[in-house]
Parts: sequence; structure tokens; C-alpha cells
Amino acid sequence: MKASSKFALGSTVIVLAIVGLMYQGVKQTGVYFLSPSELVARTSQDPSFHDVGLKVGAKVVPGTIQRDPSSQRIAFRVSDSTASFPVEYTGIVPDTFTDANDIEVIMSGKLGRDGVFHATEVLAKCGSRYEAELEDLHKKST
Amino acid sequence: MTLLGQFCLWTAFLISIWTAVVSLSSRWKGRPDLGRALTRAPLALALVVWVASVALWKGLFGHDFNIEYVAAYTSSNLPDYYLFSAFWAGQKGSLLFWALVLSTFAAITQLVTSSRYRDLLPYVAGVTSAVLAFFLFVMLFGGANPFERLPFTPPDGRGLNPQLQNPGMVMHPPMLYLGYISITIPFAFAIAALLARKLDTGWIHAIRKWSLLSWLFLSIGITIGMWWAYVELGWGGYWAWDPVENASLLPWLTMTAFLHSVMIQEKRGMLKRWNLGLVIGSFLLSILGTFLTRSGVIASVHSFAQSSVGYLFLGFLLLAGIGGFTLLYTRWPNLEPEAELESLASREAAFLFNNLALVGVAFSVLWGTLFPILSEAVRGTKISVGPPFFNKVNVPLGLLLLALTGVGPLIAWRKTSLPNLRRQFLWPLSTGLLTAAVLVGLGMRDGYALMALGLSGFVVGTVVQEFYRGIRARGRLYQEGPLVGFVRLIGRNRRRYGGYLIHVAIVIYFVGFTGGAFKVTKEATLSVGESVEIESPYGGTYQLTHMGISQYEALNRLVTAASLEVTRNGKSLGRVFSEKRQHIDSFKNPTFQPSTEVGILGGLREDLYVVFAGTVDGTERASFAVTVNPLVWWVWFAGGLLVFGGLITLWPGGPAPVPVPVRTPSAAGQAEQAVPA
Repeated sequence: MKASSKFALGSTVIVLAIVGLMYQGVKQTGVYFLSPSELVARTSQDPSFHDVGLKVGAKVVPGTIQRDPSSQRIAFRVSDSTASFPVEYTGIVPDTFTDANDIEVIMSGKLGRDGVFHATEVLAKCGSRYEAELEDLHKKST
Repeated sequence: MTLLGQFCLWTAFLISIWTAVVSLSSRWKGRPDLGRALTRAPLALALVVWVASVALWKGLFGHDFNIEYVAAYTSSNLPDYYLFSAFWAGQKGSLLFWALVLSTFAAITQLVTSSRYRDLLPYVAGVTSAVLAFFLFVMLFGGANPFERLPFTPPDGRGLNPQLQNPGMVMHPPMLYLGYISITIPFAFAIAALLARKLDTGWIHAIRKWSLLSWLFLSIGITIGMWWAYVELGWGGYWAWDPVENASLLPWLTMTAFLHSVMIQEKRGMLKRWNLGLVIGSFLLSILGTFLTRSGVIASVHSFAQSSVGYLFLGFLLLAGIGGFTLLYTRWPNLEPEAELESLASREAAFLFNNLALVGVAFSVLWGTLFPILSEAVRGTKISVGPPFFNKVNVPLGLLLLALTGVGPLIAWRKTSLPNLRRQFLWPLSTGLLTAAVLVGLGMRDGYALMALGLSGFVVGTVVQEFYRGIRARGRLYQEGPLVGFVRLIGRNRRRYGGYLIHVAIVIYFVGFTGGAFKVTKEATLSVGESVEIESPYGGTYQLTHMGISQYEALNRLVTAASLEVTRNGKSLGRVFSEKRQHIDSFKNPTFQPSTEVGILGGLREDLYVVFAGTVDGTERASFAVTVNPLVWWVWFAGGLLVFGGLITLWPGGPAPVPVPVRTPSAAGQAEQAVPA
């Protein structure tokens, strides 16, 4: 066999291995990334969805954050424009998770049958936009 | 000053459009005056963009809060060095910074490139100017002009996001930008070579230092970014496969592939199309990274301002991609390889597999990063993949790459005989096996970790053998002592031995990453005097005792600091401090959300990493997260070694490259002296 055909064979093996690993990786570790309304719609259609671990990207409803510092439990509500549900989480939240308006979170966890989203991970980003910053400055100047 | 800035942006925009149009339309052919004008245009552009940048810096240092950008990213109590770095803290300033670096690189390119490539230089000026014109276009017409004024003057600015108030953040973005931007130069030469139909190895020689430089900047930028994430973000790690991190890794991977595959083209005249494709691809990936981070199409915890600017980048990406690859396609018949692969036991084959694996990693990272968009487009549901996906795919590929790092230098060009293989592989392989055996003896049972560390031993064995043989050959030839021999060996063949040092640095990164598999975390809420215990993965127990909370005001912030007394197996290690900082403006109003300063008690074996998560009901009772992170220090050390190796390789001077096929195995010191790799 010519060296170039041997190389082609070796490459094919590597490429197939990469594709296989990627396929398996997606199958085993891929999780739904849903908005609150999508999640609520799916669970009402198919109750087994309560047991599926997934990710939710949503806004925190301002003023709903309750912290219990001694046990590090945090409860709050998230929503998009149409659906809303409470969230419970135990652990340390990042600095960006504050009571300020307009906090967006990406959470991993399950929406339990009790209607509460039990989060295992909470990431937050400050959603304050540039326009909001300008208003801020304007307030300061007046 | 903003007027001057605006004026400069417009001037630069018009000059760059002119340069791009005249150059890329080949109007200058047969017109030496136009050709000269084109190669001088980048100098004028750099000058004008520098004036604009100085104008912005002047506004920042002068606290001219009437300038929107100054008011949005600085405050009057911000330390000077952060005023300096506020230049690239926001999107608008970043774009100007990008233009500044690009115009500077483009000018330097015209100045330092040898006149041997004078057929290419006017085209190079055209490509760099076209890219520059795009950035200026975004600033002038995309709503991202850093010189815009406000209709009112705030008494103080908003200040700089506290997470950016960190020395790492002063360095990380510019380094990464330097890396991204300097890819434009190899890209410009590739396009120039295609346009001029000068498709020999000339363009590759012209950009050798540039491609290495951009690779080095990307490496430094990524490493400093990891360090910043580690000391500033407080989640106990330095790499989370976040889309923004992935975006910086992608061009690094393809440039790594390119640095290796050009050697095949230099030596054997193969892979011409592949190399052009890699450079064009790397450039596109650097633009893609900007698009991903600025458009917000992918959910990332990095909170960049999202804006329509991202879509301008998407448009530019498509334009550059279609243009670049179409041009490559039209020159396809001119790019026939000059040789064929002769044997799988050859350095060419090792490099080919290395390229395949690197591009495979890049592809899987890109796929995983874009998967939410792809799955939504195909199946209507967003599905996201996380760190397990990336680890599952990339750990095996990483091990393959590590193995090839050891194999490449040991194996000869064209083909290697069996006795030769034996002579070359005996010691390195034994070192690798011995490493793994010793670790098993010490009780390590994690399969991947054993393979990673065993292969690390193999690569280090390879490098040591290369140095040993080179020094021994010099000793015989010139009667030199080992130390003198070592220094001269590197000096005579910087690219090769600098490259070996970089290989060792990569191995040390791998060792550091392997340590991450053994990390231990514990959370606890402690009253003053109470302690928490955490086991080190090496054995042994840390005990942390809460000593109390103190509050004080510093420079531009209110600090709440927790201190903990640390012992390891009863032996005192001193105290570790972790802080909550509330930044304030000059009127003592709080700005931004509070931020956490991590307490790290670092060491060669492991870091004790303490995060103060807050006090309980205003008492001194406080919550902590404690992590034991093995071998993290080695990741930063590897970064330093990589820079050192890179500088050796980049150092000016040294013999000119000779593209001659080599038959002797690379390690035969004597023969190799005459033919630098």
C-alpha cells in the first residue's frame, strides 16, 4: 500500500473517532436550553420532563430574592414575558447575582413536580445595557 | 480633542478605502509610483490612528466626562493605570484599540519586510487597509464612535467595572487583541501571494516571525485570561469552556497547526493549499470570535455590551470568507504539491496527523460552542453542551497531540529505518513508561491522568535527548563544555531549540491541567473561632479557622475582609484573606455590584483557594468556599516558559532558512548543524 493511502486510512480513523466522540458527547451531555415559557409548555405536555435535567435562561423578577445566609439557601422567581416560576438553590452565588434590576441567570437543574425549579448551578450576568448606563449618568447630573 | 479624534477617524477611513481599492484592483501594476504610494499608505494610516488614540487617552486622563466613553468607563478616583487600560474596557474603545494595533502592525510590516517580497507588499498594504477600513466603518457608521459627546456633563463617571480592576485585566485584552490582530498580517501575505500568483515558499518566509508572534500573543493572552478568571471570578477554576474562552482558543489551535505544517511546505513543497486554507481560516476564526462575543447570539456569562455591531462582524466574516476561499479556488491548479508522502514513519506524517488532530479539536470546540444555534436551526430546540462534552472529545485528542509532540522531533523527514527508530525512541519511551510506573506505584489510578503524565515523561525525554545529543556533538566538534554547548546550541538554531522549550512548556500545561482532575471543594459557614477541615488529594489535612471580619475604606472601595488561620497537618501556614469589595465613586455612592477577592495560599504542589461568600445577618459569622487546587502554579509557570521559548525563537538574526530535503534523522547533531530546521 502506498504511504498516501495509508495516511488516508489513518486520517479516516481519526476523523471517524472525532465524529464518534462528538456524537456521543452531544448525546450524553447535551441538555435542553429553554426559556421559562418553553419549559412550562413542555412539562405540561409531557410530565416526564419534570425529571429531565436542563438549563434555563431567564430574568430574575426584581425584589423576589430571599437569602438564608446560615444555610446558604437562596430562593427567587424567574420569568420571561409569559411564564414565571420560583427557584431554589443552595450554594454560593456569583458576585453578579444581586438584587439590582435586570439580572439574567443561566441555571442548571430540574423543574420539580412541586412547580419549583431546583437549581444545581446558577450563573448570573448583569444585564444592564448601555442605555441604562446613560440614564444613570443623567440622574447623577441632575 | 474629540474633534481631532473624529477628524482622524475620517481621514484614516478615506485613506484606507483608497489604498484597498487601488491595491486590490491591481491598478498599480506597471505604475511604480502608485506601488510606492501603496506601500507608504500604511505609515500614514498608523500616524493618523495614533493621533486619534492619543486624543482618546487625553480625554480619559483629563477626566473629560462630557465624552460619553470617558463617563461610561472611568471615574475621577480611578487609579492612573486603570485610566490607561479603560481605553479598551468598552466596545468603542476596543474597536479603536484594534485599529491602532492593526495600523501599527501594518506599518511595521511595510518597514521591516525585505525588498525580496516587493511584488507582494502593495497587495499586503491593500489587505491590511481593507481590514482597517472595516473597523473604522464600524466606529463611524455602526454607532461605536468613542469620541461621541453627551448633551450634558456628569460630575463623575460610572467608573470601571471592579472585575476589570485587576492587573490581569490590564494585560489580558491587549495581549489577546495583539494575537487576533497580528493574524491579519499572515492573512494579508496569503491573499497577496494568491493575487500576485507568487505561490512558492516566499510568502511563508516573509510571515514566519509574524505567525509565531501572533501565536505567542494568543498564548499569553489566553494564559493571562485563565489567571484572571482564577484570581478574580472566584469559582475555583481557570477554564470553563465558556463560548468566549472557546473563541480565543480556536485561532490558537489553527495557528498551532499552521506553525507545524509550514515546515512541511518549506522542506518538501507539500501542503500548499492546506497552509493557505489554515491562514485564511485562522483569520476568519479571529473575526468569528469577535462576532460571538459582541453579538450575544450565544449565551455566555461574559457580560459584554450586546449590540448590532456583532452583525457587522458577521457580514465582514462572510465577505472575507467567500473572498478568501474563492481566490484560493481560482489558484488551485497553481498549487500542485512538489512531493508525495513516502512513508508513515516520517516527520511529514507525524505533522500531518498533528494538523489533523489540532483542526479536529478546533472543529469540535467550534461545534460545541455553536451547538445551541445549530440545534435550534435544525430541530427547533436549543440544546447546549457543557464542559463534559468538551472534555470527552478533547481529552483523547489532547493525548494524541501530546504523543505526537514526542514523536515529531524523533523521526526523520521522508522515511525512517527500523534501527533508527530503535535508537531514537529507546530512551524517551523508557522515560514515559517509567513515569507512569512510578505514579502507579505512588497510588495513582486515574487512567487518563496516568496517560497524560506518562506521555509528558515521553515528550520531556525526547527534548532532553535532543539537547543531550546536540551538546555532545558540539562537544566533540568544538571541544566545548556542556554549559557553553547548551547556550550555543540554542543560539545557532533558535527556531528548533526554542521550539523544544515551547514543547516542554506545553507538557507542563498538560501536567497542570491533569492536576485539575484531582480538585477538592468544600463549603462551610463558620462563627469566629470555628474551623473547617479539607483533605488534600496528596493526603494530609488543611484546617482553616475563622479569625474574624474587618471593614475599612481603601482608595476607591469599601472592603470587608475575612481572615482565616491555616494549618496543614497541625503545622501553621499563616493566614489567608478573602475580601468583599464595594466600589464607590468620589461622592461615596456605591457603584457596581460588590466583588470578591479570592484568598490564595499558593504552592508548587497545590493552591488553597478561599472564597469569602458573605456574612450572616450582619454578624461575624461568615460563609466560605474552600478549594484545594493541585498543580495550578505549574500552569502559570508554563506560560512563562512558553514566552521564554517563544522569544528565543523570535530573536532576530540567525541563518536564513534553506529549503533542502534532509535525509539524516534530525537528532544527528553534526549533520543538522549545517542544515537548520
